[in-house]
Amino acid sequence: MISAPRTATDRTKLPYCHESFHNLQELRHSASLANKVFIQRDYTDGTICKFQTKFPSELDSRIERTLFEDTVKTLNNYYAEAEKIGGQSYLEGCLACLTVYLIFLCIETRYEKVLKKISRYIQEQNEKIYAPRGLLITDPLERGMRVIEISVYEDRGSSGSSSGSSTTSSSGR
Amino acid sequence: MTGNMHLGVEEPIRECQYNQICTHNSSPMNTPHTKKRKSKRKWQVFPGRNRFYCNGRIMMAKQTGVFYLTMVLILVTSGLFFAFDCPFLASNLTPAIPAIGGVLFVFVMGMLLRASFSDPGVLPRATPEEAADIERQIDATNGPSGPGYRPPPRTREVLINGQTVKLKYCFTCKIFRPPRASHCSLCDNCVERFDHHCPWVGNCVGRRNYRFFYLFILSLSFLTLFIFAFVITHVILRSNRTGFLSALRDSPASVLEVVVCFFSVWSIVGLSGFHTYLISSNQTTNEDIKGSWSSKRGKGNYNPYSYGNFITNCCAALCGPLPPSLIDRRGFVLPDTPQPAAQTNGTGACPPNQVQSHMAATNPLLHSQPIILGGGPTLQAKSSLGGPCSTLSPSQPSLPSSIPGLSCGGELLALRDSEIHCHHHLHHQHFISPEETPSPPTALPCATHLGHHVHPAQLFNPVSQDSLHEDSVRGLVKLSSV
Repeated sequence: MISAPRTATDRTKLPYCHESFHNLQELRHSASLANKVFIQRDYTDGTICKFQTKFPSELDSRIERTLFEDTVKTLNNYYAEAEKIGGQSYLEGCLACLTVYLIFLCIETRYEKVLKKISRYIQEQNEKIYAPRGLLITDPLERGMRVIEISVYEDRGSSGSSSGSSTTSSSGR
Repeated sequence: MTGNMHLGVEEPIRECQYNQICTHNSSPMNTPHTKKRKSKRKWQVFPGRNRFYCNGRIMMAKQTGVFYLTMVLILVTSGLFFAFDCPFLASNLTPAIPAIGGVLFVFVMGMLLRASFSDPGVLPRATPEEAADIERQIDATNGPSGPGYRPPPRTREVLINGQTVKLKYCFTCKIFRPPRASHCSLCDNCVERFDHHCPWVGNCVGRRNYRFFYLFILSLSFLTLFIFAFVITHVILRSNRTGFLSALRDSPASVLEVVVCFFSVWSIVGLSGFHTYLISSNQTTNEDIKGSWSSKRGKGNYNPYSYGNFITNCCAALCGPLPPSLIDRRGFVLPDTPQPAAQTNGTGACPPNQVQSHMAATNPLLHSQPIILGGGPTLQAKSSLGGPCSTLSPSQPSLPSSIPGLSCGGELLALRDSEIHCHHHLHHQHFISPEETPSPPTALPCATHLGHHVHPAQLFNPVSQDSLHEDSVRGLVKLSSV
């Protein structure tokens, strides 16, 4: 396991760092958290995991509607795939039952595999699309599958945003 | 930072990126946590009333006495069967009898332990920002409230497959409960697809362990009937040779087994039948007791979750995908400034030193969700509704000295001794835990919550945010003002 480099110069020597890393790091350095937008669950199809694709107005100026909707739709598709009840899930269930569920000590469930795919997808979306626009998506698994949390960052450099952090902590108006 | 050490990261690229952010986060701030070298695991700061064993791998309810009784009864009766009846039956009838009995016994124990030890589907409590966001949405819809005005209970209505379902707001967890979720007052958690809290199993029965619970009671019915039948056979065969009374004298254990099995079989078989009905109609015990989908409520009332035919319902319940635990018990707590959870409403403030934690929190790989310390006030269970299983006689608890797949028997042994001294009452019926906020009584206990309610959105500009959020609230979800 690579031990975390502690200085900036060390970091630049890492073999696998590429440009998008700097976006996230720079984001943290130069930006302050201004807002968090929460995309709630859509329960119209029952209890399956599905998020609303409605475009929140706070993101109006930050990201194109189609990009956002694509992300949410892809996530919904992944979750639908994870929770799909069909041949493969039956097979997995029966096999697990026969082995008194001990087989899950050895192999991963399909759900867990899809969750890893989702995690990679979210990271990729963050790197390519959201971080350059000053946004970051949190994996819904971190929030109990209740919301997709999108953190909106303001550039400290831009006007009015230096008060961004102070407005967040100031009391009501 | 110790939080990185347990990462099972697949690619070094991710590790390098997020390690950077994290190391930056662990700046030498003098928080109370940093004086300890070791970070705490999340189960140690879990806000619910659960007990954790084996460093977070095992999760049970607070009162586990009845569970041990269950174990003792099962192990003692099965032990007596294998020790005293099986030799006779194996030699006089067929050795298949102890073999089948053995398989059944292993299956019963496996399912019991799995049902008792796993996370039933607990929903983690809302982060302060989420809670603030929801508060704002509710305020936006309800409008400003003057002094002495008692706001209506917080509910949302959703249309699911043509049925209108009310989502209730949980004041302890600060979330709108998903459909079919319920708050267990014994464990103080919201549980997904909450069925009931089972004292025999020592845990809630919810989405993640319902199939284990069902298979447990089903296999236990078979085991009980099996033992009952073959002990009777044994006694009869013996009495044919030596007379009834001397047969009883020769195998006194059989008497005990017959008594236990006789009293168990009615309740366990009855319970299995009941749950078979529930599974085939895709209802939870909670819903059935309340008659949520009963046709008596109205002509158009039907269960929107049912798949239509009972085979699909059964397959979905038993062989459907097993969702993962949402509470990440063994993850490490980030040594962040802990947010004062829900009490100080709306102060989901994000001062600059929170940026690092949020950056880390957005990392999907780190499981570094900041922990909300101090849950809301807990409402005591008002009454427990006895289901159709109030005449449950004990099944057989005993020490889990050999736990499949777990290597912590020693720890459990030590804990068991203290456990037995701790519990002080035995529950003899299943608890259908009342939801925390049923509509009429909600107002009273919740008035105190709302008294502390700090007015809108210290976090965000309330004027613009309210109008923005109103848009997002419209559409499929509408806040009902009851």
